[in-house]
Amino acid sequence: MKVMISAFVAALVIAFLAPATLDQFGWSSAEQTSSENVRLD
Amino acid sequence: MNFKLFSAAFLVLATLAFNPVWAQDIPEAARADNGGGQTLEDIMARQERLKADGGSRSKETGDPANAAAISEQLGTRGGRSDADVWRGVRYDDIDIKTQVRNPAADVLIQDGGVPWYKLREGPVISYGGGAILGIIVLLVVFYFIRGRIKIEGGPAGTTIERFKAVERFGHWLLAGSFIALGLTGLITLMGRSFLIPVIGPDAFATMAAGSKWIHNNVAWAFMLGLVMTFVMWVAHNIPNKLDWHWLKAGGGIFTKSHPSAKKFNAGQKIVFWTVMVLGVSVSLSGLSLLFPFQMPMFADTFGIMNNVLGTSFPTDLTPHEEMQYANLWHSIVAFVMMVAIIAHIYIGSVGMEGAFDAMGNGQVDVEWARQHHDLWVEEVQAKQGKGESL
Repeated sequence: MKVMISAFVAALVIAFLAPATLDQFGWSSAEQTSSENVRLD
Repeated sequence: MNFKLFSAAFLVLATLAFNPVWAQDIPEAARADNGGGQTLEDIMARQERLKADGGSRSKETGDPANAAAISEQLGTRGGRSDADVWRGVRYDDIDIKTQVRNPAADVLIQDGGVPWYKLREGPVISYGGGAILGIIVLLVVFYFIRGRIKIEGGPAGTTIERFKAVERFGHWLLAGSFIALGLTGLITLMGRSFLIPVIGPDAFATMAAGSKWIHNNVAWAFMLGLVMTFVMWVAHNIPNKLDWHWLKAGGGIFTKSHPSAKKFNAGQKIVFWTVMVLGVSVSLSGLSLLFPFQMPMFADTFGIMNNVLGTSFPTDLTPHEEMQYANLWHSIVAFVMMVAIIAHIYIGSVGMEGAFDAMGNGQVDVEWARQHHDLWVEEVQAKQGKGESL
């Protein structure tokens, strides 16, 4: 059962780290409506 | 005099009474009467989300060759009125340039949105939801007919290691994330229909935002779990002749026999390949949705299918159509996976005595192992010196 709980915690850790990690690569999931994408330049 | 008045009144009333009928029965004439514009029938059809006839209107997009002089009315518009321009946009007849910078910016009107929305809110929810309820009912009925599959003769009392910690970690990473994704996916898909009437739009807005965050970010854990379990178990899941014998015996579920099996029996192999194939598919369509317009894949897929199967799927898709196909496919594949996994959860928990231990603490009863995976037990015992360290 310890392994099961640690896997669930790992899933949550991955979820919390994912946005910041993606941001490092210039990827921003689910942020396509941010001002950068609609800026008139 | 009275007769004349009566006739005039009758004529007026008859005109009022029959006019709507004329509008519906002779739409082409009505359309011609108003210069090719909308008819009452078009408006009514659009309100009922039916297909409106745009045949003649689609050509009314102005003619720059006959543009009025610059000093005249509409002269500065190059021969196109606002209505002409928007009809051109609507029927993809003019070249659109926008200052908005994103891949889908030049699609201002997209008809496919309505059929997609109707499919999503209709058959996808009803058939998908029906399939989930159906498998649950089926399993409850099966439980009452067959009962819990017990260890014949009772447990031996000694155990054998079925799965190492890393295998269980990979399984639970995949399973935990899949359950989170399934629940949040259902909230996202069905919440508008089933939750808003119960908890109201404000509470649902909070729940939907949370679901979206979980769904978008837990997806990475699911993909990692998928890769881990594939690498660890693919060698044990290659189909062989033994699986055919196992399937012919129906896994012994109804005959109460125990067909031979190695580490994974044919039923488990079916679950493995279902999860792998559909898991990759749901991940790819999920990535396409996660990065809108960045990863279109349906036009290319349809192109390959058309070449191989001779089908005629559309290969010229707008960015929005790509997203709509990805969304529908993502939902359909997810529902098939949910149905398979619910059955897997049943047989791995309440459906079979001793099965949960395999993923619970990794140790299963030797008698359970002999009855369900006899050849695997022999392999392990041969490796460990005839079971000295069981």
